This record gives sequence, structure tokens and C-alpha cells, in this order.
Amino acid sequence: MSSDQKVLEVHDLSVHYFTPGGAVIAANEINLYVKAGEIVGLVGESGCGKTTVAMSILQMVSAPGRIVGGEVRIEGRDIVNLPERELRKIRWRKLALIPQGAMNSLNPVIKIKEQMEDAIIAHERTRGAALREKVLRLLNDVGLPERVYSMYPHELSGGMKQRVCIAMAVALNPAIIIADEPTSALDVVVQRVVAQTLLDVKSRLGVSMVMIGHDMGLQAQMVDRVAVMYAGNLMEVGPVESIFEQPYHPYTRLLIDAIPSTKQKKPLKVTEGLTHDLRNPPPGCCFQFRCPYVHDECRQKRPVLKEMGNDHYVACAQFN
Amino acid sequence: MAGLTRGYLIQRILMWILTIWIGVTLTFAIPRLGGSDPTTAMVLAMMNLRGYVENANQIIESYKQSFGLNDPVYIQYIRYLGHVVRFDYGFSFARFPTAAWDIVTPALPWTLGLLSVASVLSFIIGVTIGSLMGWRRTPRWLQTILPTSLTFTSIPYFMFGIFLISIIAFKLHWLPATGGYSMSVNPGWNLPFIKDVLLHAIMPLLSIVLTSMGGWALGMRGLMIGVNNEDYFLLAQAKGLSPARIFFRYGIRNAILPALTAFALGLGALVGGSTLVEWIFAYPGTGYTLYRSIQDQDYTVIQTITNLMIVITATGVLILDLLYPLVDPRITYKRSVSS
Repeated sequence: MSSDQKVLEVHDLSVHYFTPGGAVIAANEINLYVKAGEIVGLVGESGCGKTTVAMSILQMVSAPGRIVGGEVRIEGRDIVNLPERELRKIRWRKLALIPQGAMNSLNPVIKIKEQMEDAIIAHERTRGAALREKVLRLLNDVGLPERVYSMYPHELSGGMKQRVCIAMAVALNPAIIIADEPTSALDVVVQRVVAQTLLDVKSRLGVSMVMIGHDMGLQAQMVDRVAVMYAGNLMEVGPVESIFEQPYHPYTRLLIDAIPSTKQKKPLKVTEGLTHDLRNPPPGCCFQFRCPYVHDECRQKRPVLKEMGNDHYVACAQFN
Repeated sequence: MAGLTRGYLIQRILMWILTIWIGVTLTFAIPRLGGSDPTTAMVLAMMNLRGYVENANQIIESYKQSFGLNDPVYIQYIRYLGHVVRFDYGFSFARFPTAAWDIVTPALPWTLGLLSVASVLSFIIGVTIGSLMGWRRTPRWLQTILPTSLTFTSIPYFMFGIFLISIIAFKLHWLPATGGYSMSVNPGWNLPFIKDVLLHAIMPLLSIVLTSMGGWALGMRGLMIGVNNEDYFLLAQAKGLSPARIFFRYGIRNAILPALTAFALGLGALVGGSTLVEWIFAYPGTGYTLYRSIQDQDYTVIQTITNLMIVITATGVLILDLLYPLVDPRITYKRSVSS
């Protein structure tokens, strides 16, 4: 597999939540791709549509949400509108999930072994001793002791549970893993362990991953490229070094400024202003109400992603 | 999973004894607080029957003597506790020479048979309907049809019983209207009798099951909807598991736990029978017996039945407590958790 091959391509993906008060535009014409062996970070504040994008890639947007347009291609094959039976074959085999809530992602009344095994049984012919071997090896790979195999989720710590989820996600060597804030519910020390486990898995298996998060600091250490989302729109996409060295979009700059520093005290500016009502976005740029550099053009014309060189794209009138 | 410790077992059994003791004490106290005198009532009933009873006062006195009602309350209470332990409450007030226990025992198999089948059926059907109603991926047509099966829930079960009798028994003559079996068959382990008993049980069974399953269904629907939104449920879907496996292992398996508790608590009511249903169908069970003995102020029979209910409820809870870790591994008997 050449490193340039795109394992995941998202084209013009739009997801709306149909509420009595009107359609909430949770994701608006998102374009994104992940190359083999690459980790792409998807960042943005709470409610900006990160998880909606993740769920729509997995074809698991729940009612009243619906994918209203666009494509999600896994290894070139569009999986939007695929029938449930076909989807089931692709799930986990091609497209795995490391869920958000580490504490509640495992069924509390079923043993770890059974929860890991049923994912494998559903897609492979591995049975009996080979199955047991495989699960034990997976647990060992994420640094968990063998006894976890026959334990229940409540007997594990949050970090251990999340590592079980990671082991489960790589079980079938999927083309792409969606990690939905894999470290957000954990304390910093455990976050570090889980992040290390993820990087370790990545370097060993060369998995491709979409990593969702709001922690810019953590993203900086883990991902190859960053995509910044705001109110359902992509604002900036680019290689991680480039984004941190030369952030173009005002929102990206605010996010990076929000990383706490030990050297100086500074006011938190990222919270200034209000996000518009997602049911009827204003004409023009969606960030206009919070942007410190807003001018007339921003209120009229919606900026599109434009390449600034070096695979770095930004959607802002300043650079159009 | 933790093993059953002796300390926990002893503690639970002591709780069991305490529960029963409080219960039977209440059944001892309540009739005595009521102020009515069963012996007087009995003699009055005799008077009604025959017009005049000679030496009524002496009869009342001698009854009181033989039932020990003249003794101080604490003596009566101690004697009563002895009755409880031996499960023998002496003679029936209303049908004097017969022992209270002998009035209750013939009724027990009828009620236990009818109600255990009815409760289990109602639970299973209700839980299935409720789970399907609460599951997001249930086919749309099924989700539309299922709630109609709960129409009968809003009808009181005794009304439904009367309705069944008038239509199925009197108009259509499909099933016998009342009783536990026909006069024409010989009670015993023979085929005609068993068939007859089953035929007689259908309508009481229907009137209980159809009207009570809705409660389980509605409860289970709520529990299932809760599970639908759990992270592990979503992960199970993302794993590409078959819908059946998700439904049973990740849905019902988790949602049913509170319903199971409620079911076990309801087991005690089995012995008491479904009084109104048994009365409507003249079904020879304990519910019918209880109804009659309340009318007759037959305290020893009432006590026999209520105390039986108390013991069975307490035992049901005890068994549930001991078995619960099998269905929910998060509950252990260990006092302190060590990993």
C-alpha cells in the first residue's frame, strides 16, 4: 500500500438534525481524507460537529439526524446509503471505533473476553484456542495483563477500559479507526498512557486514524494533520507543524492561544462572542460573530477552503 | 466474581427471619385492633341461619375458651408465634371442626398452578413486547402493531374476566364458564381430568395475562430505550454484530435487570391468588378462599393465607438476593473490593 493512497475520503458530507424548530446543520459540506498510516486530528469546541462527522463516517448518525448529502469512501468505496447487511460486513473489519466514553463503552454484565471475541467472531472464522490466543495477544499488545481476559469491565480502571477498546479496535486490522476523544474522560497521567498506547499501536500496525479531540496540546503530539471545525464547517486543514507554526484562520489562532502556558498568565479569549443558531446560519462566514478581524465581505460571501501551499488549506476571506 | 461468604448468608437469613416476624406480628395485631369479635359474629351467623340459638352467650364463652381468646394478649401472642413456627393455626372459626390449614391446602395447587403460569407468561410476553417497542432498530411495521396488543391493559382485569365469560362461555360455548374442573370427570392423574383442568384455566389465565403484561411491556420499553443510548450499545453496533446479538446480549440482557427484581418481588402475591379473578370464575384457589374467609371473619384461615404470602415473599427476596450476582456481576458479596 503506497503511503499516498487515501483510505478514507469524505466528500461534501452534510448532516442535518431535523428538529421541530428546523433543521440543525451539524456538518456542512465537509471534505476530508486520510492517507494510509496517517493520523488526522479533528478539533473544535464542544458542539461544533466533530462527533457528528465521526458518526456519519461510521454510518451511525441516529435519528433525528440524517446524512443529507455527500460521500464517505472507504478504500474507494462509497458507504453512504449502503444497506444495513452490507454495512455490517464493513464495520469493524474496515472501519473501527474507539469510543468517547471510556467508562461506559463496555457492557457491564459481559466479560471482557466475550466482548472482544464477539467482534472477531462476527467477521472472521477464528474460533476456539486460536481465538483465545488472538484476544490474549491483543491485550498484551496494549500492555494489559492476561487476567483482564476473564474480568468484568467494572473490575478495570478507566485507562484499562480504554486500552481494552483500543485492543478491540485493532483486532481485525481495519483500514481506518475513528477515535472519538479517546482520552477525554481520563486524568492526565492515564491520558498519557493511553496516548502512548495509541502511538505504539500506530507505529507497529501502521493504522490510519481520525482522532477527534479538543485538546490542541495533545493533538500536536499525536497527529500528522489537523482539521479545525467550527459550527459544522471546516475552517482550516493542514500538516500539524504548519498549523502550529503558521495558523491562518483566526479561530485556529484562538484555539492555539488557549493552550495554557506555564510561563505567562493570559486571559482566555476563545470564549468571546456567541455562536450563531445552527438552524439558520448567517450569510457569509460562520465565524463572523466571534471573529476579531470581521469586515463587510465576511458578512456576505462564504469563504471556501483555499490552499496556502504545503497542503495547508484555510477558509477565510483574508486569504481568498 | 466473588464467592458467597458465610457472614453474608447468615446476615441475609437473619433479615429473612426478621421480615417474617414483623409481618406475622402485623397479621396478629390488625384483627385485634379492629374491635370486632369473631366468636360473636359466628354465633350471630348461626342465629341468622336458625332464627334462634339457645345459650348464645355460653356458646360464645366456650368458643372464646377453646380458642384461648380470654387469655392476656401476650400469652395469645406467644401461642400465635408457636402456630407460625409449626404453620398450624388451629381450627377454622367459621367451619369449626376443620383445621384452618385443611381449608387452605386443597386450594393451594389451583392457585399456584394458575398464577405461576400466568405470571411467567405475562412477564415473558410483556418483556418481549416492551423490548421490541423500545429498540430503535425494530422494523417500523412491528413498532406500529405492538402497542395495540396493550389495549387490554387499560381494562380492569375483573371486567375483562366478566367480558370473557359472557362472550366465550355464554354466547359461543367454547369454554366452561366457571370452576376448576367439571363434575363429570374424576379428579386424579388421568387424561380427561387434566384436559378439563386446562380448559377451565384458559379464561382466568387470559384475563390475568392480557391485562397485566402491559405493565411489564411499558416498564421494559423505558428500560430498553435507556439502554439504546448507552455507549456500549452504540459500540456493539459499530462492531458490526448481528442485530439479534445486539438485541439480546447488549439490549435485553442489560435492560431486564430491574424488571427481574420486580418480578421476584411479585412472586409472594402468587399464594394470595388473584382474588377477584378467582371469585369471578369461582376458581377453587386461595384467592377465593381468602375472599370467603374475610366475609366469614374466619381469622385463622386469613392468617394462614396472609402468613403464607409473607413467608413466600420473604423467601423470594432472599433467593433473589443470593442469585442476583449471577445475573449482574457488578454486585458481589464481598464487603471490600480488592483488585
